Amino acid sequence: MTNHKEAQVVLRLDNITKRFGSLTANDAISFDLAQGEVIALLGENGAGKTTLMNILFGHYTADEGRVEVFGQALPPGNPRAALAAGVGMVHQHFTLADNMTVLENIVLGTAPLWKLGFGKAAARRRILALVQDYGLQVDPDAQVGSLTVGERQRVEILKALYRDARILILDEPTAVLTPQETDDLFATMRKAVALGLSVIFISHKLHEVTAISNRVVVLRHGKLVAEARTADTDKHILAQMMVGEEVAPPSVRAANPGDVLIALDQVSTPDRGSAPGLKSVNLNLRAGQIIGLAGVSGNGQAALADLIGGLIAPASGSLRIHDAAPKSWTPRAALAAGIARIPEDRHKTGTIADFDLTENAVLELYTKPPFSTKGWMHWQAARDFTQTVIEGYDVRCPGPDTRIRLLSGGNMQKLILGRVLETTPEVVLANQPVRGLDIGALTYVHEQLLAARDRGAAVLLISEDLDEVTALSDVIHVISEGRLSPGFERGALSTTELGVWMAGHGFEEEGGSHAA
Amino acid sequence: MDILDILISASFWTAAIRIASPLIFAALGELICERAGVLNLGIEGIMVVGAFAGWLTVYLGGGLWFGVAVAMLSGMAFGLLHATLTVPFGLSQHVVGLGITLLATSLTYYCYRLALPSVTSPPKIEAFQPYEVPFLSDIPLIGEAVFSQTPLTYLAFVLAVVVSITLYRTPLGLAVRAAGENPAAVAAQGLSVTGIRMGAVMVGSGLMAVGGAFLTMSAFNSFFFEMVNGRGWICIALVVFGSWKPGKTLLGAVLFAAFDALQIRVQQTPLGADIPYQIFLMAPYILSILALVIMSRRAQVPAALMVPFNKGER
Repeated sequence: MTNHKEAQVVLRLDNITKRFGSLTANDAISFDLAQGEVIALLGENGAGKTTLMNILFGHYTADEGRVEVFGQALPPGNPRAALAAGVGMVHQHFTLADNMTVLENIVLGTAPLWKLGFGKAAARRRILALVQDYGLQVDPDAQVGSLTVGERQRVEILKALYRDARILILDEPTAVLTPQETDDLFATMRKAVALGLSVIFISHKLHEVTAISNRVVVLRHGKLVAEARTADTDKHILAQMMVGEEVAPPSVRAANPGDVLIALDQVSTPDRGSAPGLKSVNLNLRAGQIIGLAGVSGNGQAALADLIGGLIAPASGSLRIHDAAPKSWTPRAALAAGIARIPEDRHKTGTIADFDLTENAVLELYTKPPFSTKGWMHWQAARDFTQTVIEGYDVRCPGPDTRIRLLSGGNMQKLILGRVLETTPEVVLANQPVRGLDIGALTYVHEQLLAARDRGAAVLLISEDLDEVTALSDVIHVISEGRLSPGFERGALSTTELGVWMAGHGFEEEGGSHAA
Repeated sequence: MDILDILISASFWTAAIRIASPLIFAALGELICERAGVLNLGIEGIMVVGAFAGWLTVYLGGGLWFGVAVAMLSGMAFGLLHATLTVPFGLSQHVVGLGITLLATSLTYYCYRLALPSVTSPPKIEAFQPYEVPFLSDIPLIGEAVFSQTPLTYLAFVLAVVVSITLYRTPLGLAVRAAGENPAAVAAQGLSVTGIRMGAVMVGSGLMAVGGAFLTMSAFNSFFFEMVNGRGWICIALVVFGSWKPGKTLLGAVLFAAFDALQIRVQQTPLGADIPYQIFLMAPYILSILALVIMSRRAQVPAALMVPFNKGER
């Protein structure tokens, strides 16, 4: 079995198929992992990467196919057997108990349950040795609840290494890390490979894939569509393989600005904890225009989004809709004024996880006909509307009766986008509309926002990604410490000049107290 | 002055420790269930079952410790029912727990009538007798209060230590705590969340039943209806009061029992003549609500308490 000329195959996936209801998440997937190799598993959200890894690790049972580790078939649906065979998995959502220490989390399940005591001293020695060998700095006696996300991830990796994992599976490990932490993680991965481990690295960030992997396996719609040595590809080819078509940035047509729909004049809102409120902000949202808000996270974006969405009212200054002051400013009033929201956090405020797609689609519309009249719901109308959104916005799902929890982030966002745009709102408040989305979904969302602009909507685009703001916006405002810069026309300022504003310079003449 | 006299009398503390004992058993049982992530509202009914099963065994000629064992096993049987419905089937823990309490209580009364169809006053049994621990019982005040109790009381205190050590110092305890905090962490380590939770509920229910058995076998020496009288619900509060920690929970049980013992004694003082006795009966409960309000702010609830875990669901 062992071929000494080539590296030994440590893991073989053979014809894995998994269905959830009518959705085929994995369709006859086969590939090998060699010793000392890093394979990048690439694919859009919902392509089936996580499902495949959960089958490999025994969390799910495959409908067909088999998994071989070091030449031995793994019994299906048995994480214990996978662990014993040397497979270690770092989940996207950490599986740690917050009320226990790092050491306790790591040794959990390693000693027989009926043993007295769990050999703390020996465990601590071993953990500290691993910390040293792999450069995973973390205090074994710290309470997990008090750790940062990056530290928690290191605990997860330590957990796998403590159990002598020979194959490490990292499920989108970089999604939660800062660039610096990502570099540290890559250093750890290189050390692991040098020590003879093999790694499967799941990601949809192309530059990371090209930086760390030896080989790339691409999944699309549950099928394995391409397999290549990383050296033989580049980002552009990979992006094409992932989405299955040429990826082009959206072509931006010239804007055709109309009337001012929302006008803020010297508006201030109270500070919220460490996040600043707005400080004497002037802003005009015009029909047929995308207004981009650039700025470092936590500089008052949330306050502005809440103000436009009706969650908070101005403490001073005036807010005018269609040149008239609203009587009271509430979320309901904002909806009535034709403002539709794409919320920043689709899980927390955008959807209700255990409601089905239909219920989520009418979440902001259910009080109005045709969805309800005289206090009665009309579910057929709601279901028809949902079907329209599913078809019109390419929401991949088993059907309108699926619980939204089962959808991938991208498909969830498409449903929200559809429910917002189908009602042809006058104002679209798009707060981080593509956060966590893959290229295909991202491009789609951007095209839809441009289309909304072209039919005459005012779009307020809030994003921490400066490239996104500059690519889409007709007018850019920079927000810093709650102060808003004047509007700059598309292309008026370079990225560097915008960066200067983002750092808080240039606001002096506004009379701000935080002048640098 | 009267109250001070009561507080330094050995008989008061003897009573307090005795009243605390069944609460300690049952509260530790509830604590084990909740630490694994299952709220067991069957506690009140399971205590009734334990009280009856232990008493009946002795009444029919069984030994005292055999009676305790039978009580524990019958509690575990109801625990198995509770765990089956709430863990693998994932049904509402509130509904199942209250259902178990109603079922267990009614079934017990039914069995009592079957076993003793024509008895009007409940027959007494030869119950556990106080055992004076050599030397220790000679210590003034403490010796009489703590070391002249029945064996079951000693067992209750020993049990608190055992539960504490098991939870914090053994791999088993680690797995139980993790199951109540983040069951996915347990599953990811290849352990069975279902197995751990069901085991915890069964052991916990067994302890609740022993708590009930204490009432018939170490306190009242006979079985009568309504004898558990809300002690199970008090134990649910004690677990919160103790912030899900065995030591603090035991302390809470003793504190509550002391209030209870105190109010009985204050009723007999001149003060008791002026105030309606219902006020005194109420006092321990009012004080425990106040204590609960203060303590529960800092309580660390197991994060996955009442959250069913389904393997393979996303």
